[in-house]
Amino acid sequence: MTTTVYVPRDSAALSVGAEAVAEAIVAGARAGGHDVQVVRNGSRGMLWLEPLVEVATANGRIAYGPVAPGDVEGLFAAGFLRGGDHALCHGPTDKIPYFAQQTRLTFARVGVTDPLSLEHYRAHGGLVGLQRAITMAPAAIVDEVVQSGLRGRGGAGFPAGIKWRTVLGASADQKYIACNADEGDSGTFSDRMVMEGDPYLLLEGMAIAGLAVGATEGWIYLRSEYPDARVALVTAIQRARAAGWLGDDVLGSGRQFDVQLRIGAGSYICGEETAMLESLEGKRGMVRPKPPLPALAGLWGKPTVVNNVMTLAAAPWILQHGGAAYAAHGVGRSKGTLPFQLAGNVKHGGLVEVPFGITLRELLHDFGGGTASGRKIRAVQVGGPLGAYLPASRFDLPLDYEPFAAAGGMIGHGGIVVFDDTVDMAKMARYAMEFCAIESCGKCTPCRIGSTRGKEVIDRIVAGERREANVALLQDLCTTMKDTSLCAMGGLTPLPVLSALEHFPEDFAR
Amino acid sequence: MTKRPEPRPPAPAGSGADTDPSRAAIDAAIDAAIAENRDLRGATLPILHAIQDRLGYVPPAALDRIAKALNLSRADVHGVLTFYHDFRTSPPGRHVLKLCRAEACQAMGCERVERHLAERHGAAMHGTTSDGRLTVEPVYCLGNCALSPSLLLDGRVHGRVTPERLDALLAGLAAEERA
Ligand SMILES: Cc1cc2nc3c(=O)[nH]c(=O)nc-3n(C[C@H](O)[C@H](O)[C@H](O)COP(=O)(O)O)c2cc1C
Ligand code: SF4
Ligand code: FES
Repeated sequence: MTTTVYVPRDSAALSVGAEAVAEAIVAGARAGGHDVQVVRNGSRGMLWLEPLVEVATANGRIAYGPVAPGDVEGLFAAGFLRGGDHALCHGPTDKIPYFAQQTRLTFARVGVTDPLSLEHYRAHGGLVGLQRAITMAPAAIVDEVVQSGLRGRGGAGFPAGIKWRTVLGASADQKYIACNADEGDSGTFSDRMVMEGDPYLLLEGMAIAGLAVGATEGWIYLRSEYPDARVALVTAIQRARAAGWLGDDVLGSGRQFDVQLRIGAGSYICGEETAMLESLEGKRGMVRPKPPLPALAGLWGKPTVVNNVMTLAAAPWILQHGGAAYAAHGVGRSKGTLPFQLAGNVKHGGLVEVPFGITLRELLHDFGGGTASGRKIRAVQVGGPLGAYLPASRFDLPLDYEPFAAAGGMIGHGGIVVFDDTVDMAKMARYAMEFCAIESCGKCTPCRIGSTRGKEVIDRIVAGERREANVALLQDLCTTMKDTSLCAMGGLTPLPVLSALEHFPEDFAR
Repeated sequence: MTKRPEPRPPAPAGSGADTDPSRAAIDAAIDAAIAENRDLRGATLPILHAIQDRLGYVPPAALDRIAKALNLSRADVHGVLTFYHDFRTSPPGRHVLKLCRAEACQAMGCERVERHLAERHGAAMHGTTSDGRLTVEPVYCLGNCALSPSLLLDGRVHGRVTPERLDALLAGLAAEERA
């Protein structure tokens, strides 16, 4: 009988040697005369256990990790093909608390299936949402998404259904779905994990959006820093077309929807939606003034849905199970689940999809297990490079858009970067200014020049030069950036800077 | 030594650009990249990527050819080329290492790796080793932030990078080159 062994091809797993582990397992099976089929799945998201090898047994999938190539011989000796015990064995994958305590709606298939297998996709509930959407009137699809309460996962949290309704209501000869796969925030990788681990989910979500608003073309703007996601998407698009899931006759519906992939070129600002549209059109990634909204005049001047990967990838579940079922998860005006990402100096880094409302403390301690270094957590940055630095006194905040924002935080794309007590927060504040200077599109003076000034002022504060005057100057500068920047790059850079200054003033006065 | 190698020198006097094989090869690569992508809407970025994929950088000669093919001004193309961090205008070393210096990697000590690269391997950020083997560039997040510090070496992601792991990776490159 053939035994199926899973070794992820997710780039995080590859980054710590999954390829060599897969090779060692194939070689070991051959040498021992074992009948083994190795499936290259996505990652389960327990990234500190990567490479996480799973074996399909009568008792479900048994997990071993982190496996090094040198461990493979011992695994065979321990009878891992029958789920045998071993120092690296974690028992059934589904029962590992980190995994068992999640609510995986968007990530239901990621790490379970072969990402590029059309059969796996269908066998695990894929396409049901799209098939249902095909039977519905466009306005009814939009209503379902409105009812779900789904909000944009790229940062701003704008209700997706309302955006779709605007595009549906616009009349034009051509409309577009533009998927923002630029995932520029440090500490985030949920988009990447879906694109590598379940790419058809994104394509299905885009097709649903297309049917909902009357768009026949989808464009994906993928960051160039994700070479493995690129390969997965190129293959997935080809196969989906060949299978008739995309193209002139989507699933035999007579409706048209196709997707093309474009690659960014290392610019953070191109994650901002209007800069992304400029870049898709082949231009410099300069931010456009709004209005007009991209929903009315977006790509090539046509009505365009711009959504993040996570937003679009939530649509198939919503169409399959209904908007009300999605809205049953979460709290307040934050409906559904968010795939949080635990990153940086954290013991159990990885992806945690849970309903909104969980606290930072639960994420950091119950899931994250504290720092990787074993020291105290001193600060976390939530929501990417434009998000605030929070001290331990804020860890009981629930992750719920409005209350979190009221407390000075930003959930953004759900990335949480952990720092231990060796961090120098003045240095992190300086870096925020430096990053803004490097990535500014250059349109507004406070963002372009102010960020460089800000870096210098922080240097002077740290050097003890006229401290009080320079702190006041830094605050003034931040106010100017906030008030006069065209987009959130210049507008929100003050957030990490001022939060570092507020919560960790001692680091600026060493 | 951290200076970039000079761009390819101009053809020696008397040889004539069209008889210089390397010039001809470069032009052919540019033209192939243009031909493959010119019919795309918004073709400038795809063409620049295709040229860099083939040559490792975008030579000055590309500007006029792209401008002509897309009916743009040379200044337009130049503007796009210089806006994006990815595009190089001179040839890199034989291997390219992109070291992440964003927050999650800082939280796990990427500066230590950066210093080690410069001090032990003579490869400072934005620089190329004197033997032309390795170019080091910064990158801001590879989506591998739970296994930081991370880097991309010739298009492959490596996580949990320590100075020791880095030494092993670079020794691997050297061995590959000798083979
Ligand atoms: C500087 C900056 C960078 C951004 N980067 C991204 C990004 O990488 N990915 C993303 O989806 N949204 C990003 N956004 C947010 C987008 O502008 C936009 O709100 C989003 O794509 C809309 O999709 P959503 O409603 O599904 O979130 C960024 C915004 C700013 C101001
Ligand atoms: S705030 Fe900065 S990035 Fe945004 S438009 Fe102005 S200059 Fe460009
Ligand atoms: S911050 Fe370095 S990989 Fe994300």
